Amino acid sequence: MTKWRQKDLLGLENLSKEHIELILSTAESFKEVSTRGIKKVPALRGKTVVNLFYEPSTRTRVSFEIAAKRLSADVINIATETSSVKKGETLIDTGLSIQALKADVIVVRHNASGAATMLARHVDISVVNAGDGWHEHPTQALLDIFTLKQKLGNIKGLRVSIVGDIAHSRVARSNIWGLTKLGAKVTVCAPELLIPPEVEKMGVSVTHSIDSALANADAVNVLRMQFERDAGAAFPKQLEYFRNFAVTEERLKKAKKDIIIMHPGPINRGIEISSAVADGKNSVILEQVTNGIAIRMAVLFLISQARRTQ
Amino acid sequence: MSILIKRGQLIDPHNKVDKVCDILVEKGKIKRIAKTISAKAQQVIDANGCVVLPGLVDMHVHLREPGREDKETIASATRAAIKGGVTSLLAMPNTTPCIDSPQAVSVLQKAISKTAKAHVFIAGAITRGRKGHEIVDIAGLKAKGVMVVTDDGSSVDDEKVLMQAMQQAKKHSMVVMCHCEDAALSDEGSVNRGLTSTRMGLRGISKESEFKRVERDIAIANKAGAHIHIAHVSCKESVEIIRKAKKNRIQVTAETCPHYFALSETDVLDFDTNMKMNPPLRGTEDVAAIKKALADGTIDVVASDHAPHTDNEKDIEFERAAFGIIGLETGLGVTVTELLQTRLISWQRIAELLSANPAKILGLNKGSLAQGDDADIAIVDPHQDWALTKKEILSKSKNSPFINRRLKGRTVYTILAGKLVYSCREQA
Repeated sequence: MTKWRQKDLLGLENLSKEHIELILSTAESFKEVSTRGIKKVPALRGKTVVNLFYEPSTRTRVSFEIAAKRLSADVINIATETSSVKKGETLIDTGLSIQALKADVIVVRHNASGAATMLARHVDISVVNAGDGWHEHPTQALLDIFTLKQKLGNIKGLRVSIVGDIAHSRVARSNIWGLTKLGAKVTVCAPELLIPPEVEKMGVSVTHSIDSALANADAVNVLRMQFERDAGAAFPKQLEYFRNFAVTEERLKKAKKDIIIMHPGPINRGIEISSAVADGKNSVILEQVTNGIAIRMAVLFLISQARRTQ
Repeated sequence: MSILIKRGQLIDPHNKVDKVCDILVEKGKIKRIAKTISAKAQQVIDANGCVVLPGLVDMHVHLREPGREDKETIASATRAAIKGGVTSLLAMPNTTPCIDSPQAVSVLQKAISKTAKAHVFIAGAITRGRKGHEIVDIAGLKAKGVMVVTDDGSSVDDEKVLMQAMQQAKKHSMVVMCHCEDAALSDEGSVNRGLTSTRMGLRGISKESEFKRVERDIAIANKAGAHIHIAHVSCKESVEIIRKAKKNRIQVTAETCPHYFALSETDVLDFDTNMKMNPPLRGTEDVAAIKKALADGTIDVVASDHAPHTDNEKDIEFERAAFGIIGLETGLGVTVTELLQTRLISWQRIAELLSANPAKILGLNKGSLAQGDDADIAIVDPHQDWALTKKEILSKSKNSPFINRRLKGRTVYTILAGKLVYSCREQA
């Protein structure tokens, strides 16, 4: 039986297959809590979880907050506009202050890749990465994989395509690590400029054709196109993107009938995905949101256990 | 003042000497070298089992003075230098203010004469403020004793400007040292472009940004007939271009730094900002190419690119952290550990790379240990197994990737102008 010993969850790249499976199975047992009349267990009673968000986020923060509360932890939310935090000392200083307040876990979202790793090096309390720059968003990938597993039973051998701005996506990176470790065959699909260099060395196939990404896929994870981000002029305009890369009903006609459609949200309807597909029978987008709570409960629970046994 | 060095293995690459002997130092010079010297001296150093090298010449050092004395000063850097066996160093001009005029050189020389604990030579900028537009008074710099011009930290983008600078340098027999980087191709990156930048979710600095500039700058130097020195070579393509240029008898010399053969891009993966430098750590095949080039003579010099930064500039988010690491105290140890202990090169070659060759490029009367030479000497215990702890660092800044790394080979005595200025052993 695999034991969880890490104080932090920073990404899936450095997590073993066994540890990923441990989170998934732990989430399995926590999923039921949210279906109860009284949606609460005392696992983290007396613990304090601080959500430290340097980037705007609603769903991830709310999901972590609900997860922590269903474990009976006390939750504090700190939202800081990145623009006012130019220097990183502030991140370390803030982390040390939160530690001095005797909090137990910091859930951090930051626009700089590696920020969670840096924070974890400077504090003794647990750090959970809720998304760092383009680097990793481990709990999102875990809930994506959890959802796939619930739907299809086993990840090994599945063909999963990830479509969208791979270059600037932490969701893509975490999904690639997690899925490949569990034995899925992953294809990434985007216009050439949105594919990061040498990504195939991460163990994925690359295509620039949405049709080939959809053909034979058991599931497709459609990423949010972030036209507001600094990808800038690197990719075709929104309409052109929709024409060339959007997942539409038309395109799905050539895909497997029961292909699973995922999206980390928030959705840009009519940009990377058509409304009909987002709301259609193959879509598991809302289930992903629900499963996010179980995954985050599992993560918060496991890292707290690790600290207790230290 | 006289010092007698007993039974050391004298390495003098200039005169191809490698023998165990006694060396008598008097009045700042090598007075005598013989199998046994029985003359009396004020100090006697038992160098049995040690290697006696000409004092090391580090031709790529950022002193930070004037302007950023919080990072480093002439005093602190030179103290660190002599601990590392470095008796001569070349100060880069990217200070505040920039060393881009004869006046600035004079001011700096004055400060050096007051506080330096080693020989400090000055490189001037190529262009005013290192902005790449207006060429400095190269003749004026030469008159002040400057032998090298460089806009280190930046590349001169404008080919015409670089051409004119090269022509001027040729006229005054000066070396143009080039930081080869096409900023447009560096894409504001912070690690090697490729799998590493992809894994880390960071912008990448491509190898093209370096080697295309190496190619361009060598071509311009060739046209001007000037001596070009390529700073901090990090990748195999640059090595190939330099090898070819040397074959074509172009007057080119090149340096690399210990981190480009002791570390590689995988060392940066856990976002340690002490692994962040420009050019970035590259792949294993680049490391292999650098090592080969050091052994076969394609690369002439190992220099530290000593670049002190405060914790405030390093202990921040990776992409915002400053580029560069310190290296004066570890340069020799890392080079001996990586290149000599692995039997890739000999002590002769170590002495060439770290002393004789940079001395020659800079036109210094250093880098050799024969009778009558300047008594700048590094005595190295090749067997000493050691590690630099953060507490022991003499530099004001502590940004070293080699902290706590086991090294073999350590400077145990440094003699500067005939005086024992550093020792980490009990004296006999």
